Amino acid sequence: MTPGARRPDLLPALTPLIVAAIAAPFIGSLPTFVTLTVASLAMGAMLFVMASGLTLAFGLMDVLNFGHGAFIAVGAFAATVVYQFAPHGSLATDLASFVAALAAAAVVCGFVGYVYERLLIAPVYGRHLEQILITIGGSIVIEQLLLALFGTEPLDLSPPAAFRGALVFGQIAVEKYRLVALGLGVLLYVLLLLVLSRTRIGLLIRAGVENREMVEALGYRIDRLFTAVFMAASALAGVGGVLWGLYQSQARAGMGADLLVLVFIVIIIGGLGSVTGCFLGATLVALIANYAGFLAPKLALVCNILLMVAVLLWRPRGLYPLGAK
Amino acid sequence: MNLTLDGVHTHIGRYHILQGVDFQAPAGLTTMLLGRNGAGKTTTLRTIMGLWRASRGAIRLGERRLDGARASDVARAGVAYVPETMAIFSDLSVRENLLLAARAGAMDEARLDWIFGFFPALKTFWASRAGSLSGGQKQMLSIARALIEPRPLLLIDEPTKGLAPAIIDGLIACLKDVKERGATILLVEQNFRVAREVGDRVAVMDNGRIVHAGEMAALAEDAELQGRLLGLSLDSHQ
Amino acid sequence: MRLLSGDPPRGWPARALVVLVALALAATPLLFHGAKPLEVAEKICVMAALAASYDVLLGYTGIVSFAHVMFFGVGAYGVGLASYALGPGWGAMALGLAGGLALSAALALAIGLFSLRVQAIFFAMVTLAVAYAFNVLASQLPDLTGGEDGRSFRVPELLRPGHHFGHWLGTAVTGRTLTYYLVLAGAAALFLVLLRIVNSPFGRVLQAIRENPLRAEALGYRIVFHRTLAVIVTALVAAFVGGLDAMWLRYVGPDTALSFSIQIDVLVIVVIGGRGTLYGAVVGAAVFVIAENYLRALIGAAATATADLPLLPNLLHPDRWLLWLGVLFILAVRFAPRGIVGELQRRHDEGRRS
Repeated sequence: MTPGARRPDLLPALTPLIVAAIAAPFIGSLPTFVTLTVASLAMGAMLFVMASGLTLAFGLMDVLNFGHGAFIAVGAFAATVVYQFAPHGSLATDLASFVAALAAAAVVCGFVGYVYERLLIAPVYGRHLEQILITIGGSIVIEQLLLALFGTEPLDLSPPAAFRGALVFGQIAVEKYRLVALGLGVLLYVLLLLVLSRTRIGLLIRAGVENREMVEALGYRIDRLFTAVFMAASALAGVGGVLWGLYQSQARAGMGADLLVLVFIVIIIGGLGSVTGCFLGATLVALIANYAGFLAPKLALVCNILLMVAVLLWRPRGLYPLGAK
Repeated sequence: MNLTLDGVHTHIGRYHILQGVDFQAPAGLTTMLLGRNGAGKTTTLRTIMGLWRASRGAIRLGERRLDGARASDVARAGVAYVPETMAIFSDLSVRENLLLAARAGAMDEARLDWIFGFFPALKTFWASRAGSLSGGQKQMLSIARALIEPRPLLLIDEPTKGLAPAIIDGLIACLKDVKERGATILLVEQNFRVAREVGDRVAVMDNGRIVHAGEMAALAEDAELQGRLLGLSLDSHQ
Repeated sequence: MRLLSGDPPRGWPARALVVLVALALAATPLLFHGAKPLEVAEKICVMAALAASYDVLLGYTGIVSFAHVMFFGVGAYGVGLASYALGPGWGAMALGLAGGLALSAALALAIGLFSLRVQAIFFAMVTLAVAYAFNVLASQLPDLTGGEDGRSFRVPELLRPGHHFGHWLGTAVTGRTLTYYLVLAGAAALFLVLLRIVNSPFGRVLQAIRENPLRAEALGYRIVFHRTLAVIVTALVAAFVGGLDAMWLRYVGPDTALSFSIQIDVLVIVVIGGRGTLYGAVVGAAVFVIAENYLRALIGAAATATADLPLLPNLLHPDRWLLWLGVLFILAVRFAPRGIVGELQRRHDEGRRS
């Protein structure tokens, strides 16, 4: 075999199609199937945004942040603050306030992520047990601070008027907001891939995933790279939190802890550290959640656990595991 | 620039690996670091590089103290490192590996051509994933990474391990040329033929200490000294 | 000494603390009147035994499970649902407990074999997901489990509050007193079993794996086998404790048996009490449960005192007690990783050496 020729591994990428093909006959009606599938793609895009940072930080830093869910909630609450002051009415103002909410969530979460990384994570690099414990502690503190600041009742976070309503194609109705979320999720996915493949910081991240020591020996400060990536991961969680909050029309302090379970399933299925795997895993989890939610609502989460079991039995390190370390 | 180690001790966990290493790698020369397996050669290079922390002693590059500095600062002081494991980034292409090593941001085309002269395979597989290269090609890439920008000091750990003789010849030519251009080289090598051909000075380690230092040519002449210091006739395991 | 498997707390301060907790638990029905002290004491017994079994995983084996309370819940639901379905009786409780133990062992085996093969961090994530799904499932199957409301059930005649045995030292001895002592005895017995386990050859292998997995593997210990066995054994203990607690509460529901916050409580108890000591679970449970029940009032008082200041009353609200617990937990992990008992024992050991 000539060097450089690497057969692309396409089989995992086909799994969402397989899942959809299996579910279709059980669902029966085509409009329902299409609606569910579009809803899944949107939910998958949001799950991807929420999970991507976690998997990125794990791949590079070997740190699994059990407080990642708390950043999702922080992002959603940051958006409620922006929406309190934002004007609304026209399409332009709605779009502007949406962008402002995303930006605010990213900035706030990035900043909280900076403090969190320096204070909690930096002292326990390389020690998984302590990492799990201390990030659980961190998630409790952030969640309780949200409760203290914003009260115990969920806050309203309805999508602006421009994103409400649905587009109707014959018998098929597609909610506008779902398309917005899907578009943004795909955009962020493409951006992440571009950053990883085309920029020096992306090269450093990919190199650091393989060999942190050699990156340092080439003259780069790996600890600063860690902090930067952790901030980016937190900001992504915050952006995901805004998207999810608007989807659910509310911000709740406990929302992150609930989502963390799905996020974990996503990154385990995708392969810890892999951005593409994360995107696929998020889509799969969302498809199962929606199809099962329609066919057997009570078993939706259990079905996703079974999906995780099935994927891991097939590929013990997930769909797209990172290259050998 | 001279590299000077002065009473350097290194502990790894509860093991005391380097127990007072003293030697000098004079500027513009190639110094061989020889010794049995486990003598502490790799640990010495890693300690100079800042990848292990010296618990005692001083490491100087010219006037500058390197001990206690982070590996990234040692690298920025002008030290390039080729580890025994090669440590190429297998998920990155050959080009990307070299791009990262060029901290200036862009690669100098003329210098790149000079490197291609010794290691033509790197040009052939320029856009390939580094992980798909052969063992010898990976070694070339690892050395090329250390050469892509001029550095005053090169630390190279067993570059000829597992290489075919033809490639070794290219490597020898390359090391000689690098020295011609003014770099100081500290080379750990098991292959005595290579050591004899490229080495100006030699330091022999045993049990975490330097047990002999002198001219490489003198050691190459003295079979009795070789046998005593290195425990075996190195020529025999070529 | 044989009862303690030759492994008592080291040094008099740690020893005194453990003895104090044990004596207080034994004497609570005689010393205090009213329901609340007995409720608190029962909770300490249950949390101590549950946390001790968790410590075998966290402290001795070095793995983090978020499904430990799920096993506790399985035992509780076993006793509760069997008593509910079959009517009150010792047989029903025993059958329910046996069923709970069997299900726990099967679940533990599956989770262990499945997720301990790869990285230890997988285990933490997978257990979190499984426990969460189990909790959701239990709330969504009302026909079987009573759903969110759970199930109240009746216990055998002898254990009911209305059953009077008479008076002793001026205290009425009722079925509740008997139930309490059953819980205490059960928790104590389970604790001694755990102590025996960590001091057995099996326990030493677990610690060897925790210290250096690669070396242990080189010595020929099968890591996945031993870790999975540890998960199963501790799951069985947790299920047993769950059964005891259900008998005391005469109720099972997601909030008392499966809630994630119990899992956090257990984690906090083990870390603050001292992981890898077992006795830390006892001391930690006592400190935690007493703080939970009585310190909240104190925080509330501080909130009232600072009512005029901005934000501070919010942070000091009794419901924000978890905030301060979280801060304390982080500080403990960072600066006092040995916990209360571990720290006392360390001081004792150093005192003896110098």
